[in-house]
Amino acid sequence: MRAPVSELPINLEDVSVTAGAVTVLDRISLTIASGAPTALIGPNGSGKTTLLRLAMGLIEPTRGRVSWGGVEHTPPVRRALMFQRPVMLHRSTAGNLRYALAAAGVSRDARGTRCEELLALVGLSGLGERPARKLSGGEQQRLALARALAKGPAVLFLDEPTASLDPAATKAVEDVIGAVTALGIKVVIATHDLGQARRLAGEVVLLHRGRVAEIAPAEKFFSNPKTNEARRFVAGELLV
Amino acid sequence: MQTRRVVLALGVTLALVGASPAIAQERSIVVASTTSTDNSGLFRHILPLFKAKTGIDVRVVALGTGQALDVGRRGDADVVLVHAKPLEEKFVADGNGVKRFPVMYNDFVLLGPKSDPARIAGTQDVLAAFRKIRAAEVLFISRADQSGTHFAELNLWKAADIDIAKDKGPWYREIGQGMGAALNMASASNGYLLADRGTWISFRSRGDLEIAVQGDPPLFNQYGVILVNPAKHPAVKKELGQAFIDWLVSPEGQKAIADYKINGQQLFFPNASAPGA
Amino acid sequence: MPENASALQLVLSGDPALYAIVRLSLFVSLSAAILAALIGVPFGALIALTRFRGREGVIVTLNALMGLPPVVVGLAVFLLLSRSGPLGSWGILFTPQAMIIAQTILIAPIIAALSRQTLEDLWLEYRDELAAMDVGPLGRIATLIWDARFSLVTTLLAGFGRAAAEVGAVIIVGGNIDGFTRTMTTAIALETSKGDLPLAIGLGMVLLTIVLIVNALAWGTRGLGQRFAG
Repeated sequence: MRAPVSELPINLEDVSVTAGAVTVLDRISLTIASGAPTALIGPNGSGKTTLLRLAMGLIEPTRGRVSWGGVEHTPPVRRALMFQRPVMLHRSTAGNLRYALAAAGVSRDARGTRCEELLALVGLSGLGERPARKLSGGEQQRLALARALAKGPAVLFLDEPTASLDPAATKAVEDVIGAVTALGIKVVIATHDLGQARRLAGEVVLLHRGRVAEIAPAEKFFSNPKTNEARRFVAGELLV
Repeated sequence: MQTRRVVLALGVTLALVGASPAIAQERSIVVASTTSTDNSGLFRHILPLFKAKTGIDVRVVALGTGQALDVGRRGDADVVLVHAKPLEEKFVADGNGVKRFPVMYNDFVLLGPKSDPARIAGTQDVLAAFRKIRAAEVLFISRADQSGTHFAELNLWKAADIDIAKDKGPWYREIGQGMGAALNMASASNGYLLADRGTWISFRSRGDLEIAVQGDPPLFNQYGVILVNPAKHPAVKKELGQAFIDWLVSPEGQKAIADYKINGQQLFFPNASAPGA
Repeated sequence: MPENASALQLVLSGDPALYAIVRLSLFVSLSAAILAALIGVPFGALIALTRFRGREGVIVTLNALMGLPPVVVGLAVFLLLSRSGPLGSWGILFTPQAMIIAQTILIAPIIAALSRQTLEDLWLEYRDELAAMDVGPLGRIATLIWDARFSLVTTLLAGFGRAAAEVGAVIIVGGNIDGFTRTMTTAIALETSKGDLPLAIGLGMVLLTIVLIVNALAWGTRGLGQRFAG
């Protein structure tokens, strides 16, 4: 599944997002292109979640333009977002997935097979009939991933997908992310876990106080950070 | 599949809700009458006879006399059947009714506790009994609800030369409720009470209550029936309503009324042909 | 007490007069509950999902209307449906239809207010996810109502219970006509006022049983909801 021209690249041109008196994102210009996963890193409150929602198309910028494949205001048909704390619908695991498939316009006949495939992909086969709210934290996260994938997205946004998970669950989720990337889906992942960024990212964007502090390919970023903030962040300091 | 079943159930409900008036209102009339008449059971006896003869369903709304006449005034009933002649004549005079026909009378009885603190048991003169009750200031329950019975009670006080509005004291308890409630209260608190014989005969929780005075003409209670004026309320079912009135005053209807008995006792005495009734 | 014994006999022997009254009560209150739900749930959903000026005021009013006194509703509907009133041409005063209308008006606010609460709580949970899945407005309402169905059924049962237990509205607009508009509650009021207790007690037993069943159903529905939907 190659990322079609329509969704990528995602272009943010001089974008600002203000909420009342607070500036959450401050004149950001950024291009997200197809290829290896892009990691958005930075301390809490730096604007990662807002940037993800903006790139997803859930919110409008207060100033500036966001375009997908050169077009503004496209509906998020082939973009999917997984929230930091995903909410399970009051249904079974498979029910949640079938709902997402129906919302994505998958025909009734195809839903059953696709559901099985996705459950297998995220490692939840056999849990189909369990009420989704009774799954463990890690399982719910993987179900949320499957729901996002139900859309058949070209771009997948993940907001701190393993923030509340133990290492085993984290590994399971990261394995799925790897599988997804291998399928050709562009992954944009917000994380405050440096190790995760190291493991998964092809490109790193460091956010600090609503601004892009540095962008670089992953290797270069971690081995030779250019800016002061990047250096301090990689060294493990608290960026206030 | 589930949605279809739900929609079907809803459709059936709405159909039922909407359908019944169409079926039911065809040959039916609404008669506004009084609670005491209804409680006597008279209607359960005579209405099936009327229906068998004419196929007309009579629906009785039983209220206090004042409210029954008001329902007629509003045009919500086709016929009114109450026992308050002055009010009935005013009803016709005001243009709310066509004509008043006398139908029957029943009587009131003065009830009291066996202990008879006012010493009136067995008196033939009900007005004298009332005076004794006032003098002794013993507990007397008044319905005080604008009903025919209430008006009858007030008329008796007046006829006994007592201005009850001025003369009442704590012994005179105005409860603003119907015959059954008044009987319950008289029985429970051993008070005197004017009641219609019909309700008394059917009343079960008598306690120490018994008839103190009966049979004196001032205790007779005349009923009149009136067709609500179709000129004022065009929706009134005047043919069906008149058919009911005609039947009530006919020999057949009058006999049906006389035949109604409780414990072998006749309650209502037909007098449609009595002059000045 | 002998009245209780004969009351029990009436209930157990399937006395036709008693059960005709029970059937009418169920017909009136169930119809009212369904109609009130048809009005109240969409209205509650609308308030839950939209933002507009005066929204707080609408919610407060709705909650206040839950406490509408039945006799007041009865009087208002009576004045509306009377031949001398604006809807007199319908000619349905003193019929079961009038009783259904009165009870629907009585319990629709309850169902609307409770639905709004339920759906708004669920909406707060679901909002982001449904937005991310790009579900349209109609789809959102349908999803909320379906996912909240167990709570909504409980709300409907609460409405039915309120309707079945009231006497003030139905006695005024129905007229308590023997064999036509006499329900359990109005019959109990009448028989008690006549001092004729066995039928009143028998009806009271049936009414209590119905109330207990309704509450058990509501409880069971909640349990079902938790088991199947989590």
